[in-house]
Amino acid sequence: MTTTLPAAERAPRTPRPPRAARVAKGKRPGRRFAWAPYVLIAPAVAILLAALAYPVGWQLVTSFKEFGLAQQFGQAAEFTGLDNYITIVSNPDTWMVVVRSVAFCLVNAFLTVIVGTGLATLMNAVPKAVRLILQVCLLLAWAMPVVAVMTVWNWLFDWNHGTINWLAVQAGADQYWHHNWLEKPLSFYLVATIIIVWMSVPFVAFSVYAGLTQVSGEVLEAAQIDGANWWQRFSRIVMPLIRPVLMIVLLLQIIWDLRVFTQIRMLQDRGSFPSPTDLLGTYIYREGVGANHFGMAAAMSVFVLIITVIAAWPYVRSLMKEEAI
Amino acid sequence: MKWLHRAGRSLASILAIAVALIWVFPVYWMINSAFLPNTKLTAATPTFLPFDGSLTNFKLVLGQGTFGAALKMSLIITLTTVFFTLLFAFLAALAISRYRFKGRKSFVLAVLFIQMLPAEGLFLAQYSMIRSVNLLGTALGVSIIYIAAVVPFTVWMLRGFVAGIPADLEEAAMVDGLSRTKAFFRITFPLLAPGLVASGVYAFLQAWNEFTVALVLLQGDTKTLPLWLRAFIQQSSQHEIDWGQVMAASTLVAVPVIIFFLLVQGRMTSGLVAGAVKG
Repeated sequence: MTTTLPAAERAPRTPRPPRAARVAKGKRPGRRFAWAPYVLIAPAVAILLAALAYPVGWQLVTSFKEFGLAQQFGQAAEFTGLDNYITIVSNPDTWMVVVRSVAFCLVNAFLTVIVGTGLATLMNAVPKAVRLILQVCLLLAWAMPVVAVMTVWNWLFDWNHGTINWLAVQAGADQYWHHNWLEKPLSFYLVATIIIVWMSVPFVAFSVYAGLTQVSGEVLEAAQIDGANWWQRFSRIVMPLIRPVLMIVLLLQIIWDLRVFTQIRMLQDRGSFPSPTDLLGTYIYREGVGANHFGMAAAMSVFVLIITVIAAWPYVRSLMKEEAI
Repeated sequence: MKWLHRAGRSLASILAIAVALIWVFPVYWMINSAFLPNTKLTAATPTFLPFDGSLTNFKLVLGQGTFGAALKMSLIITLTTVFFTLLFAFLAALAISRYRFKGRKSFVLAVLFIQMLPAEGLFLAQYSMIRSVNLLGTALGVSIIYIAAVVPFTVWMLRGFVAGIPADLEEAAMVDGLSRTKAFFRITFPLLAPGLVASGVYAFLQAWNEFTVALVLLQGDTKTLPLWLRAFIQQSSQHEIDWGQVMAASTLVAVPVIIFFLLVQGRMTSGLVAGAVKG
């Protein structure tokens, strides 16, 4: 990693052609030094190959092997073809986890983007002082390390002395006294959704707000004078302008929420029954690290990768098209 | 009609304040609970203000003497990650937004797709790889994985910033007699500062907060702050969990990040503005 550094630092210092030639060639001076961009991307490519491509390759190979505890301790791993994959596809538990994960991911991603866009619109509508308060509060939530987030939410939802139960009882819902939110899967997912939306919304809100500030006030005013109501102005002028930003944050949320791990894991730390609440991340972790079925875990990861690529492909393509990369 | 507009505006303000309070409450609650003794926390009615609070929880947490080492480990890993991520991502962003070259599109596609790799399936491979180069339990081993994890998004973010600065500016300076390198550092680089700050903050947060890779690669006594916090909770849950101390520990982990965040808040917001709009 460090060995690539000198080359990278040298990169911008391209040899300097005679001045007349530079001016004459005009528009795109980069074209003459075809090697320059490759030097520039070399360090990034090197680290990605070393720390990601190699593990992905290892994982692909392992997914076709019988790789358990014995192999971890040195026994040669035998190739078993598609065995691992067949086991996964024919196991109804796996399909349950997949369906749950995809549903959970979509609900969370869309909820986050909707709430985030709402808050961005709100930021745009209030006076500067109020906006600053809202922004600081969102930043504070955003700045919280995920482990600290899980710790404090576990405390808020604590069955015994948690503040949420106390509030519910104060509001007259007595059945929530000593209510364990993490016991039933559906309520477990509700808690997880609240936490994930809480921690993901600031990023979306700031990004969308950034997009909103680029919407010209004059155009909006002109539309208003021409008789466009609030909704028409939002859907016909604002929406098309912030659509690229929305697409990007939605794509990122879907990717991040599909592989959500720490939140589920740390809620499971407090709740009692892990397996009915497993999503893909914790399921793979349990198979691999917990049960030592590394080959199976690797096959499952490849399976997840394929699902993700299929799900995200249309987004990536439209992003590339819109951005004209 | 003006009063209607004004009424709508103050209604929006009230709503915004309410939302702000909801969002900040967990953060406040963590800090509030950290100052309260366990008897107050387990009382029938919660204590909403830490008026008769004390530093006892913090003293008990720090008295165990494991916090300092974890803080040092976290700092080393985070700063290494931020430095190399910014350097690598900046150079790559420059390449893809200033040059047209063969393989450029594949590189951008790879950058976008790499973020989708299900990390949970890679730990084992990363573990065996880091072990084979004898970097298990070291800051460098963790940093390598972190840099690779953060670089793709940072490239994508910085690309937007670089693309937002017209190359004409540089070219005009070059016509005026500056070399390409000088033109870049005098003209483009200062305009990029907000982008670099925003990306740097992103990398900082990712590395500072990361939990699972650290869990796999740092077994034994070397711990980053998140690992230290989880170990602390587990230790506390062996008896009746002491939420006051757990919240104090949590506050110690979160506060450096929060202070850091508030310091760069202004620049970060404006940085995000430019970055998000350009994609």
